[in-house]
Amino acid sequence: MAKIAVLDPRQWVSLHADYLYSYAVARLDDEEQARDLVQETFLAALERTGQFRGNSSERTWLTAILKHKIIDVYRKRNSGLANRGSLQQEVDRAPDQEFFEADNGHWKEAYAPQALGIESEDPLVNKELTGILQLCLKKLPALWFSVFTMKHMDEAATEMICDQLKLTQGNFWVIIHRAKLNLRACIQKAWM
Amino acid sequence: MGIIKKIQYNCREATYLIEKRQHVRLTIKERLHLVIHLSGCSVCRLFQRQSRMINRVVKRMFADAAADERKLDDDVKREMQDRINERL
Repeated sequence: MAKIAVLDPRQWVSLHADYLYSYAVARLDDEEQARDLVQETFLAALERTGQFRGNSSERTWLTAILKHKIIDVYRKRNSGLANRGSLQQEVDRAPDQEFFEADNGHWKEAYAPQALGIESEDPLVNKELTGILQLCLKKLPALWFSVFTMKHMDEAATEMICDQLKLTQGNFWVIIHRAKLNLRACIQKAWM
Repeated sequence: MGIIKKIQYNCREATYLIEKRQHVRLTIKERLHLVIHLSGCSVCRLFQRQSRMINRVVKRMFADAAADERKLDDDVKREMQDRINERL
């Protein structure tokens, strides 16, 4: 028989606070902000306990509320880019000119990927690589970090991300592409 | 420059398609473009392997972040629970 979940706000902090906090820190890379969001999540959840249907667990429900708050933060971090002019500028700034020849799109020799010797290795066990990747992620511009994080860590739908961050699909793929070009180059630099 | 030559040279477009393909299904034209390019470009084949590896590491990194929980201070937690209780 399916178990119907019930809410027990008196247990929320002891049962879920650490989990929600870890979830938020991973996505925001800001402990203080993460702590505030966890608190806000609990308070927001209290106000809509009537919307809880019991078909998901208490934790899943709280996490969904937190996720919306994280997206709000992303949106605020990107608000400097909110007007179309500067977003278009960001997209047009073409950091990929750095990687490719302007006329034919060929790799510039200095930026062409080089074998790192870890391509076929099981990366799941590679702690050093994870550390480098974390550092490289932090170097991405805020908008790219948001898009990349939302797409990869939550497997969020492209339409949802574009809608939330007010991006066209065209801009979305350009950002995914550039974020990866930069991440890969950063890893190569640190690895070799 | 002929169209095939253009595709063979265009690593910018190829890497864009490599990224896109990891999330959505490409159109026939895009797939053709990529097949032609990758058949002759070992650098972009390497890029593709590295790109996929990065995605796997990213995915794993966040699964791990969820698994080994960070802990909030007890004081912070007490305060959080107090604020909840005030509203009950």
